[in-house]
Amino acid sequence: MYWDRDIETMERAKLEEIQKSRFQQTCRTAARSSYYGKLFREIGLDPEGLQGLSDIARIPFTTKDHLREYWPYGFVAVPREDLIRMHSSSGTTGRATVIFHTADDIEAWAQLMARCLYMAGMRRGDVFQNMMTYGLFTGGLGFHYGAERVGALVIPAGAGNSKRQIQLMRDFETTAIHIIPSYALHLSTVFGEMGLDPGGTTVKMAFLGAEPHSEKMRRRIEEIYRFKAYNSYGLSEMSGPGVAFECPAQNGLHIWEDSFFVEIVDPKTLKPVPDGTEGELVMTTLCRKGMPLLRYRTKDLTRIIPGACECGRTHRRIERIKGRTDDMLILKGVNIFPIQIEKKLMEVPGVGTNFQIILEREGFNDRMIVKVEVQKEFFSGDLKQLERLRRRIVEELKSDILITPSVDLVEPDSLPKSEGKAVRVIDNRKD
Amino acid sequence: MIAYQISIFAENKPGKLAAVTSVLAKAKVSIRATTIATADTFGVINLIVDDPKRAETALTKAGMTVHLRPVLAVMIDDRPGGLDRLTQLLSREKINIHNAYGFVLESREKAVFIVDVDQMDRTAELLEKNGFRTLDTEALSAIEPFHYMKY
Repeated sequence: MYWDRDIETMERAKLEEIQKSRFQQTCRTAARSSYYGKLFREIGLDPEGLQGLSDIARIPFTTKDHLREYWPYGFVAVPREDLIRMHSSSGTTGRATVIFHTADDIEAWAQLMARCLYMAGMRRGDVFQNMMTYGLFTGGLGFHYGAERVGALVIPAGAGNSKRQIQLMRDFETTAIHIIPSYALHLSTVFGEMGLDPGGTTVKMAFLGAEPHSEKMRRRIEEIYRFKAYNSYGLSEMSGPGVAFECPAQNGLHIWEDSFFVEIVDPKTLKPVPDGTEGELVMTTLCRKGMPLLRYRTKDLTRIIPGACECGRTHRRIERIKGRTDDMLILKGVNIFPIQIEKKLMEVPGVGTNFQIILEREGFNDRMIVKVEVQKEFFSGDLKQLERLRRRIVEELKSDILITPSVDLVEPDSLPKSEGKAVRVIDNRKD
Repeated sequence: MIAYQISIFAENKPGKLAAVTSVLAKAKVSIRATTIATADTFGVINLIVDDPKRAETALTKAGMTVHLRPVLAVMIDDRPGGLDRLTQLLSREKINIHNAYGFVLESREKAVFIVDVDQMDRTAELLEKNGFRTLDTEALSAIEPFHYMKY
């Protein structure tokens, strides 16, 4: 039942000892990167003088903005030729953040992923269909490597092409899938269209990732497909999936504390909060060599679930992600910042001052509607000209956010003025 | 001669046309003809009115997005073949019609056909050369659209 019993069930005191020494080693490594080297000099931090993990509070938080500012190699702590892989955050072309990995990093990541999959019940002999995008996005390759380490037969199906996904599941008797929750719901309707019962497959377990979802949504997916669905949490900055994962108890996600030091902080004061209190998840890599990150602000809101888990693992559990502390939207597994949409819109002649993003869940499909004010001077009474403008906006947005939104042109000054970021986004998705 | 059609950008939802006609009623603007073209969630309301300038001012003041668009108002015979004579001519000359609509001036006698074309001046010239009368805004507002006395 454990992939690595010693580590997974390690006494807390011993786990904290490991964290302490790995933290010091991580700081030594990080000091070789240009960002942390400079930072350590500024704050007078000598990795050799660290007393313990309480010293972590001396290190300022690292944010996505720092990663962008020191793009592309400013956080790399090893010679360039030691890097064997790069990945990038999903869906953001203009503002992508890049993470580099050494061979050891890739192996450690694969091992963490294997630990997660084994925990959920994957074994040799399982047939694992990975319905996640391969490529720059970490979700595809992360699971792929982990499942291979476990010894499952991996079908690298990639995302989309629903009918083929179903055909693969039937032909090769898939027993485990990795899928975006909103896509799982959509796929169930394709089963119906093909005259098939989604509950009648050979799939025993599903891993839901790349998109926050509610407990209700998980239960709905489980009922439709009659399999067990496990929540997976990760982010490219912490290598990708494999950061935290549900065990068979399905009550919170074990966050692997031998590999990450976890803090939950109040998003306003940035002071740590006690276990059980909601706040922003802040993480420090403890094993990464190519590109260590210290006190990285994930912007994800969660809390530590107090108490021990019935599965016997000593690594603490986080609750499913409640939301974000910034305005990032996640749609169909793609991360989107409203500012990206704003930038693109402002480049298109004929677009007026205000816009609004509306997220809807129609049946089992999430979609984005962008309401765009037309510039008064642009209007010439020609419907075709408006239609061309609408199509151009769709194309421009599609090329940047990788999702095809519906664009509605509206009258000038008919949308609320943007007084705060939140006004621009209306999320009507419920469960 | 060139006439003006008033075009209003409108979202495709209930009450939009009512908002336009209410403004025009208050401004005592008389509507000669109307068409509405829609593309899913939005559309354009086109009106021929007796006083396009006054209509434009009133609608703009009410916060609407308005454009005065030059069109040709062509007099045709209100009898079989009347419209065909005009469209055959435009077809021969390869003039493309973006939008067109008409209204009867005098039943079985005269009608006005509004055309929105890409080569406005050339078309106007061509029509006159071929014996068609085009009305400008003043002529349009001077005419009485319906002669009930004939009935």
